[in-house]
Amino acid sequence: MSAIDFWLETSRVAKAMEQSEALGAAERRFGVRRRDFLHFAATLVASMGLPTSALGAVVNAMTQSKRPSVIWLQFQECTGCTESLLRAEHPTLEKLLLELISLDYHETLAAAAGHQVEAARKAAMKENAGRYLLVVEGAIPTRENGIYCKVGGQTAVDLVQEVAADAAAVISIGSCASWGGMPSTSPNPTGASSVGAVLGKSVVTIPGCPPNPYNFLSTVVHFLTFGALPEVDARGRPKFAYGRLIHENCERRAHFDAGRFATRFGDEGHRQGWCLYKLGCKGPETYANCPQLLFNDCGAGAWPVGTGHPCIGCTEEGVGFTKPIHQLAVLKTVTPPTQFARPAEPQGQGATVVTAGAAAVLGGLAIGAGLKLASKLGNKDGEPGEKS
Amino acid sequence: MSLDRRDFFRLAAKTAACAAATPRVAEARPSPKLPDEALGLLFDGTLCIGCRACMPACKEANGMPAERTPLEANGQTSAVWDAPLDISGHTLNVIKAWRDGTGLTKDVVHDGYAFTKQSCYHCVDPSCVSACPVSAMTKDPVNGIVSYSVDACIGCRYCVAACPFGVPRFTYDTPKPVISKCQLCRHRLANGEFAACATVCPTGATLFGKVKELKAEIARRRRLTPGSTTTFPRGRLGGTDSYVGRVGRYVPRVYGEREIGGTQVLHLSGVPFELLDKPELPDVAPAAISETIQHGLYYGLIAPATFLGILVAAARRNMIAAGKNPDANPPAVKP
Repeated sequence: MSAIDFWLETSRVAKAMEQSEALGAAERRFGVRRRDFLHFAATLVASMGLPTSALGAVVNAMTQSKRPSVIWLQFQECTGCTESLLRAEHPTLEKLLLELISLDYHETLAAAAGHQVEAARKAAMKENAGRYLLVVEGAIPTRENGIYCKVGGQTAVDLVQEVAADAAAVISIGSCASWGGMPSTSPNPTGASSVGAVLGKSVVTIPGCPPNPYNFLSTVVHFLTFGALPEVDARGRPKFAYGRLIHENCERRAHFDAGRFATRFGDEGHRQGWCLYKLGCKGPETYANCPQLLFNDCGAGAWPVGTGHPCIGCTEEGVGFTKPIHQLAVLKTVTPPTQFARPAEPQGQGATVVTAGAAAVLGGLAIGAGLKLASKLGNKDGEPGEKS
Repeated sequence: MSLDRRDFFRLAAKTAACAAATPRVAEARPSPKLPDEALGLLFDGTLCIGCRACMPACKEANGMPAERTPLEANGQTSAVWDAPLDISGHTLNVIKAWRDGTGLTKDVVHDGYAFTKQSCYHCVDPSCVSACPVSAMTKDPVNGIVSYSVDACIGCRYCVAACPFGVPRFTYDTPKPVISKCQLCRHRLANGEFAACATVCPTGATLFGKVKELKAEIARRRRLTPGSTTTFPRGRLGGTDSYVGRVGRYVPRVYGEREIGGTQVLHLSGVPFELLDKPELPDVAPAAISETIQHGLYYGLIAPATFLGILVAAARRNMIAAGKNPDANPPAVKP
């Protein structure tokens, strides 16, 4: 389905839905216009790669009166993931986030503090046992029994294990929670680990520094709509967002293929918007949808490579915060190299008995015809025109 | 034997003179030496990332058109643009990939993959130059570039047949066909530029430079420990562009070092060259052998003259045996 088809289909579904009661409820509850709400829902559906028919289900899920409880824990982090989510310029996004879900515990956003907010967390866990979502932001220090990060007197390890025990699903947001991120960079003095490593099970990860807020929102909405988390890859990343290399969808890819590289910041090639591979761009070994989704809803080019800085591979374990920023990337697209010429391409085969025989017959016919023609040359009787 | 004494001595003296003057065939034509200022390329397969930037760059620099390659997939025949399977009349440079099994690890023989480059090797003793009857193929005495002159070419395609690497190609699909081959971007050298493929290579896998310096660079790389880091020059040797990268595990062979008397394009690889379909060639150039035989046979026209002498002597002998006088004037031909 092309983008135009998708848009037309979405508009058609949206028009039909604008009259629905569910949207009326959303309008009253969120204080947003129906159109804006549908626009937001359609964006999420598109970013998840869902068919347009899913729009209805998504809207219904988002407008249901019972909002799922979400507990958001923060450990070794910079709050960048939260900030990224809040600063998304999409209209009324924060409103939707806060009212779409019941955010029962979030250290940055909670109005309450101290024992009061800890009590709220415990109450929410008890009330929604087995149904709440746990979102973890930040890595978890494990060295010295995890003493390097404590909240309310509890270590991060204890907290995450306690809250995860009764959670319906666990989502790691940001590279720190997903695979250790910046805090786990060598020599990793605190023994920073990912949520998956601490819990000993695979969790959904939304890596990035910060991750794109729509990847997180889409994952949450997928959970709300279908009651299950989206399909993930071997590292727990939703395939709709992390299924392809940045290199595959990069707007500068044509320059890479043509060998036009910027060699230093501000040089001719850099000003022309050429490929940043020589400056160390990690796009060829980093899986993320940055070039498609962009950041901050402010139009084309609003992502690191678009602004002229090489990708640092922030989503990718073993690349971001591990490899030097200007070190050349290792290309992953070339494996397996199916579209390459092989060293020796088959060049057809020599004559077979059949082809040689056919050629001999044709040759014989040609010689025979030639002889016949030669014998008639100059023979006036052979010309039918002279006979009559 | 019915030679008289005089004829016998005459023939014997002639034969002896010829034998003394005929050069010894075993004395080969001296192999040319690599020119001191010879230019060439180093292709280091362990550095190649398969981006193929060199292929469009080559086309652009040489004014070559894009090619359509027939593609059969899922029972349907279509064609793809700009994915040539081999060098051709319209493609001077192709990056090829070898793979085994799952093809997951670079430069590993089992379940691995590797890249190689196919283009002119610029032989020290080129077969195409030797085979060309009109000097359309020439080797520059200073920089050693094997180049082609369309004005001199008669279209015989001996060079196509002579090259052991299959490099010169004929543009059969054009009304006025010509030979196509890499000429190391000699038209760019005058502007201070160098081979386009090396210019655009982002990893220095294709490196331009003087062959002597390239050989020193090869020796340096082969001395390094595989897996350690080193500074790799990019573009041309002695230029300003370089980067720090990891040293590959090379097979103990430099392709082009000895093949048919050496070439000015040298290859390093992480997998054996047999896998990359590089032909196994003798150390002596075919041109040296064929030219030794040919030039020996015709040296000073002595051997042909001797042969003619033998024929004349045989004819005289037969005439005498038939009772005719070989020294008499031939009878006038009747009109």
